[in-house]
Amino acid sequence: MHSPALIGYYTMVRKDVFRIFRIWTQTLLPPVITNVLYFTIFGTFIGSQLQEINGHSYMQFIVPGLVMMTIITSAYMNTVSTFYFAKFIKNIEELLVSPMPSWVIVAGFVTGGVVRSFLVGTLVILTSLFFTHIVVANVLIIFAAAFLTSFLFSLAGLVNGFFANSFDAISIIPTFVLTPLTYLGGVFYSIEALPPFFKTLSLLNPILYMVNAFRYGFLGFSDVPIDVCFYVLGGLTVLFFGITLALFIKGTGFKN
Amino acid sequence: MAESEKKAPALHVAGLKKTYQKKGSPVTEALKGVDLTIESGEFFALLGPNGAGKTSLIGILAGLVAKSAGTVEVNGISIDTDPDTAKSFIGLVPQEFNFSIFEKVEDIVMDQAGYYGISRAEARPVCDQLLKDLGLWEKRQAKAQSLSGGMKRRLLIARALIHKPSILLLDEPTAGVDVELRRGMWEFLQKLSGSGVTIILTTHYLEEAEQLAKRVAIITKGQIIEQGTVKELLSKLNYVTLILDTKEPVKDAALHLLEDMGVKRIDEMTLEFNLSPGQTVNDAIRRFASTGIDIMNVRNAGSRLEEIFMNVIEKHK
Ligand SMILES: Nc1ncnc2c1ncn2[C@@H]1O[C@H](COP(=O)(O)OP(=O)(O)OP(=O)(O)O)[C@@H](O)[C@H]1O
Ligand SMILES: [Mg+2]
Repeated sequence: MHSPALIGYYTMVRKDVFRIFRIWTQTLLPPVITNVLYFTIFGTFIGSQLQEINGHSYMQFIVPGLVMMTIITSAYMNTVSTFYFAKFIKNIEELLVSPMPSWVIVAGFVTGGVVRSFLVGTLVILTSLFFTHIVVANVLIIFAAAFLTSFLFSLAGLVNGFFANSFDAISIIPTFVLTPLTYLGGVFYSIEALPPFFKTLSLLNPILYMVNAFRYGFLGFSDVPIDVCFYVLGGLTVLFFGITLALFIKGTGFKN
Repeated sequence: MAESEKKAPALHVAGLKKTYQKKGSPVTEALKGVDLTIESGEFFALLGPNGAGKTSLIGILAGLVAKSAGTVEVNGISIDTDPDTAKSFIGLVPQEFNFSIFEKVEDIVMDQAGYYGISRAEARPVCDQLLKDLGLWEKRQAKAQSLSGGMKRRLLIARALIHKPSILLLDEPTAGVDVELRRGMWEFLQKLSGSGVTIILTTHYLEEAEQLAKRVAIITKGQIIEQGTVKELLSKLNYVTLILDTKEPVKDAALHLLEDMGVKRIDEMTLEFNLSPGQTVNDAIRRFASTGIDIMNVRNAGSRLEEIFMNVIEKHK
């Protein structure tokens, strides 16, 4: 016999995963198409004219970064939209009247985001095989970086969902914060190539550490020490979990 | 359990307050210190006009609304110290539809079972039975958006009962339900009450409260202003109002003789008065006859509880 909390968690995840597959043209397909464009334009058209980076082609260099970008967006969009819609149509109350502990409900939402990220990430990696071959330096690091990053951004999306009170509010952070930070987070270039000022500035961007950790798992090198990457990633995840849980328990933004 | 050991009441509410504060809008005191005890197995009705605070109260009990002050115990469990256990006793039928209309009827009920920690195998037969009992069996595979208003109400009831709660809270369950369906719902609730479930229902329909509930509380402007059994309320506030049609126009002199009975003239040939405690209709008619007024017809001025309700609310305006 399973514990009630586990059954509740399973019910939430099952429902979200069914939803992700049911509307796959909205959840799984768009990032694949976007990445095919990136691979074609940056990797093939432009990349062929660029030098190798640490012995890898430009295409090989950008694939991990692009996958990480996809993971970040998918995780964030999944939780922000599921929570916002649940709040909007009020079926969030189905969870709130239940005896499920708050942390289990938070975990349920977050797992949906993590699952979607992994599905999309896998699809994008498979797609990249049409453009280049992939090397793997450390599978464990790949999975740890992907898991922590998707977990972190699922939490962040959830917090956005608590506060969002219009459809527009769910795309403000992705558009104005996440996309710029990701573009500037070393997806397309090594920060070694930047002037010192911009290099230092880049070090303040948390996404830089995630992209580099993930890339390290494939290519075996990173612009920043790999242990620092995981301290940043782990620290932020713990911090955000605390914040998200506290806000959820208080019901900030969705409870009267 | 020893005989002397009294079972905790299903619900014990003391000094309950709720203030809504939103930036840019005035502060609303929705509940101003509510005290309420409902024993296990009771059928209790909460009557009150729009904006009285019924939904706020129900919301706090169910864990959807954060209270501002006071204590709430559900089967002796405080909602502050052990909210999850307290919630497990309660089933909620909310005033507004709060399921996803894009989901299938049976999925809505089955997923709710999951949230209550009930495995799908265990929930299946309960779900099927509820859908049959509530006339939703044919629609079980349909999306909720294809249900009629009355069916949606019944879906809310099925969902609320999937974990076999010992307390069922219903917030205006018969709003927008036609007479026939309403009677069906009443029967269903009475059967449920017979099986030992504590039922607390809010309503605007006084007939509903009178029919179903043993005990009634009247709430207005965030305060409970009367509570007791229906009988108690009726005898306490004796407001049996009768309307009399007379054979001939009533003379002022005759009316004067009946002043002590509080007889009012509605029009030339219609009188109204309140039957006082202990006074029988026979007594009253005799008095009318003695002053030369011939009565053609006696009518009740409407639902008795309705009368009380209106009077009490009026007094608190
Ligand atoms: N979320 C909210 N924010 C601000 N004020 C609210 C909120 N919910 C309710 N109120 C106010 O609290 C008071 C009580 O409302 P409530 O919904 O509890 O009444 P009710 O008795 O259920 O009314 P009805 O019979 O119309 O359903 C009203 O003045 C209402 O405007
Ligand atoms: Mg209400």
